[in-house]
Amino acid sequence: MIDILIGVLCTIGALAILIAAVGIVRMPDFYLRLSVTVKAATLGGGLLLLSAAFYFPEDVSVTTKALAIIFFLILTAPVAAHLIARTAYLIKTDQWEGTTQDDLADKYNEETHELE
Amino acid sequence: MTLDSYIDYVILPILAVSLLLVFIRLFKGPTIVDRVIALDLLITIGISVITVYSINTGKSTLIDVAMILALIAFLGTIAFSYYIEKRGRK
Repeated sequence: MIDILIGVLCTIGALAILIAAVGIVRMPDFYLRLSVTVKAATLGGGLLLLSAAFYFPEDVSVTTKALAIIFFLILTAPVAAHLIARTAYLIKTDQWEGTTQDDLADKYNEETHELE
Repeated sequence: MTLDSYIDYVILPILAVSLLLVFIRLFKGPTIVDRVIALDLLITIGISVITVYSINTGKSTLIDVAMILALIAFLGTIAFSYYIEKRGRK
């Protein structure tokens, strides 16, 4: 019974990671690639770690470690994604030609890199 | 089909194909920020591979390595974004 649960969690997690990998190859510009990969990879890694937490039930330390890594991933992945996206916008990475709206245009100070 | 053979023949090949696809972007990537997120995704998939491998072999010690890798991935992305912004070009 626990094997079926672990198998289902592993399958969903691996498929989410595969979607993230296909997205980073196929998406047309940097911002779309970022928005695909961060969410899907965090979900996939979190589900695989959750299945590891279920697999070692007699050992509380392993479950705690797996849950700590999940917490850490959920905490840090959006911060890192936000910082790298801000950097990409400030160094003027090209946008896809299908992008119609850019709310941040002319709002960053060119020298100090602060919002005006 | 037991859980071990399912992981061996289904889960690990899916993760291996994902790693290959991310490597395509790491080598092609037109800008440096593309390569940074490809590296970040590569380490996240590495954490997943280590976790699945620890389930497969029953060695729970490998989870510690995954924790350290998660730390290094975060610090690496932060450092890359800080210095690329200071350098100020593509």
